[in-house]
Amino acid sequence: MIEMFEEWYKSRHEYAKEWKDKTGGKVMGFFCTYVPEEILLAANVLPVRILGSHEPQNVTEPHIFGMYCPFCRDCLAQGLLGRYDYLDGMMIAQSCLHIRQAFTSWKKHMPPEFTYYLPMPHQVQSPRSIPFLRSELETFKGAVEQWVGKEITDADLDRGIELMNASRQAMRDLYDTRKSANSPMTGLEAMYAAASNQWIDKAEHTAAVREALAKELVGRDLGLGDKTRLMILGSEDDDTAFVNMVEGCGSVIVTDDHCTGSRYFWNQVEPEEDRLLAIAKRYINRPACPTKDWPQRTRLEHVRMLAQEWNVAGAIIIQQKFCDPHELDIPEQRKSLGEIGVPTLFLELDVTVPVGQFKIRVEAFLEMLAEEDLF
Amino acid sequence: MANYPTETLLSWSKAKEIRETYYKNYAAAHDKGGIRWVGGAWTFDAVPAGLGGNVYSLTSEPYGASCAFNKDFSTRAMEAAETAGYARDLCAYMRNYWGSILMDEYAFGGPFPKPDFIWQDHICCSHAKWYQVVSELEGGIPMFCVDVAVGPAEPFGTLTDSKIDYVTGQILDGIEWLEKTTGRTYDDELFIEACWNDFRSTSRWAQVCELNKAVPAPLDEKTMYSLYVLATLQKSWGVVADYYDELYDEVKDRVERGIAAVPNEQARVMSDTQPPWSALKLFRYLEQYGVVSVGSLYTFGLEGMWDFDPATGDLVPRPMPEKKPTTREEAARELVRWHLHKPEYQHFYDCDYKSQMMVAICKNWGLSGVMLHYNRGCEGLSLGIAENRLAIQEAGYPVMTFEGNMGDEREFDLGRTMQRVDAFMETLGVKKVAA
Ligand code: SF4
Ligand code: SF4
Repeated sequence: MIEMFEEWYKSRHEYAKEWKDKTGGKVMGFFCTYVPEEILLAANVLPVRILGSHEPQNVTEPHIFGMYCPFCRDCLAQGLLGRYDYLDGMMIAQSCLHIRQAFTSWKKHMPPEFTYYLPMPHQVQSPRSIPFLRSELETFKGAVEQWVGKEITDADLDRGIELMNASRQAMRDLYDTRKSANSPMTGLEAMYAAASNQWIDKAEHTAAVREALAKELVGRDLGLGDKTRLMILGSEDDDTAFVNMVEGCGSVIVTDDHCTGSRYFWNQVEPEEDRLLAIAKRYINRPACPTKDWPQRTRLEHVRMLAQEWNVAGAIIIQQKFCDPHELDIPEQRKSLGEIGVPTLFLELDVTVPVGQFKIRVEAFLEMLAEEDLF
Repeated sequence: MANYPTETLLSWSKAKEIRETYYKNYAAAHDKGGIRWVGGAWTFDAVPAGLGGNVYSLTSEPYGASCAFNKDFSTRAMEAAETAGYARDLCAYMRNYWGSILMDEYAFGGPFPKPDFIWQDHICCSHAKWYQVVSELEGGIPMFCVDVAVGPAEPFGTLTDSKIDYVTGQILDGIEWLEKTTGRTYDDELFIEACWNDFRSTSRWAQVCELNKAVPAPLDEKTMYSLYVLATLQKSWGVVADYYDELYDEVKDRVERGIAAVPNEQARVMSDTQPPWSALKLFRYLEQYGVVSVGSLYTFGLEGMWDFDPATGDLVPRPMPEKKPTTREEAARELVRWHLHKPEYQHFYDCDYKSQMMVAICKNWGLSGVMLHYNRGCEGLSLGIAENRLAIQEAGYPVMTFEGNMGDEREFDLGRTMQRVDAFMETLGVKKVAA
């Protein structure tokens, strides 16, 4: 079962096309994890997170100025290269500026039949943001209803909420297994599971996670007990080659704070009569992305909690080159982890990673952590 | 060859004076028993005005630009920010500003005056985060920030009641916060007056820019930078609003008398985003070709308030609200509705909205081409600029691009940019003329 996640990660386009053939349903590409997938699931739409392919490309230069993050350019490249040509819709929830450009350029040059910009508020720490988001969700729901030609009832919303909540709980349980001193899964496997969860049919993915938890992971011994426990955090990161390299140096990654990882599934919708309000509260209260983490820095506490509960020896802070939102958090993040005795290694990612160069730095970091252990 | 009469702008020295007074007032606020606050150039500065007459502000972007004029100061500030762990590719204004705090040096002399509180708004990812760091660097000064990113205004979108409620609600909460933070009683009359001044300043500035449709252009962009800056300092200050009225009369008179900014005007262009502040001679270089930069969506719409009319494809100054608000709530709502129409907010949602407004300027201000500054210093205003280039070209206007940085001169090459200008002038078919 565990290998299924890797397969899904690698065959995302084939999967979505087959899903369409099988169900006759619509596929919605989305750019940011603040997109309320509950509403899409309620409309029987398959939400598919758009990610890059980590290959060099030469198609985005006329569209996005080079000072924006490589991730947004990689995503746009997928659109311009026609890799997501099966999308029926495409949307974004107001995110950082960078990825917005990928969305708007894509929309301009290769528009699918439905596009949507959801003005997800930034001031999530203000109580004013909940009624505002609720109202935006209502408008969005109306737009989806028009698009799919069908009313979304409360029962539909309940189904969407249940599917998302079940998936989130399953992923939380999966991540919890990694708290064990001898994690039954590698960081790479977890990355495949977490990333593929963003485009595979939720029920199917949840079933796979549940099956892995029940059958495969119980008593599984990969000999990871004596490896150095690390966490990764920072900008968008689904760089499997990088994770593979880090774990190849004698470490195991046991948790993360990435939008492609734990931030995506962390908290649940708490059901209440007003479904849209319940959904709005979930997105407002989720672990924040740095662009929304102000005036208080709530991320620091959340990341410390992850580091402590998953008992990590060190953290690798990853930043996509030019990723301003994370650049604005990283100095405080390093300080905060340092205060609880978690040393950090800072690495800057580009579309492709200079694995050899990074390997030397990761090895030195692990050596330093081993020395700290000694004294 | 055209040879228009030219005259120095009479009100220019007054603009300079207002600017100097502003910075001095901020530094000396505590000596007079006043309070100091800091925030961005887009913040709702009318709101703290309700705290009383002796409340002084320092807005961060024009401050960052002032640092950039002084290369030595700016380089040291940038290095201080980098040493503190902040990445070199972050907003250049922000790094100038943080550097000033870290060095404890005010760009206008003396130590950096510590603010009493922060009053900011947020649409660019760096806005709130900028001040989160300022608060930390200053040892935890209180901060309030209003999120204005609710989606595009008409005609690109619809400002629903819930959008207005969200922003207005934050402002009303902010007023209570201001009272608690400063221990002062809030005066609604002062607030209403400040809102009215804000509407006056920002609509009048748009009218001044509209006068630049005239041939010859009465103003060139380099001069406009020294004028629009007042609105970035404190648009709700009566002195600024009055000044713009005076300026409008003078510029109108220049148009009527055919007074040119560039006497040998033979072609007109516009720019985009903040210029590399330490190299404004670039604009003087254009004059050698008899080319005037008549402004940009940036100089027109950073503070000026306009409506885009899709039917005529023109930008028109937004008419003042019909009547003065009478209550705190009314004033806050009107202020929000007004500002959410800001042209420079719209492109945060879609590059196409900006392209439409830029093409409107090309057509209605009689431009021959466009010079786009691919500005590494500002992720907010460079957003979508590559798509703007394609759209403007598609509309039939030649575009020159040049890379630089508004506040970090280490990323700008004047010599190379001038060569690009030479090539662009050839495209436009203009030759150097005697200055
Ligand atoms: S948060 Fe960073 S990595 Fe993610 S899209 Fe924005 S700039 Fe890129
Ligand atoms: S990046 Fe640009 S828009 Fe953003 S805060 Fe800096 S100057 Fe302002």
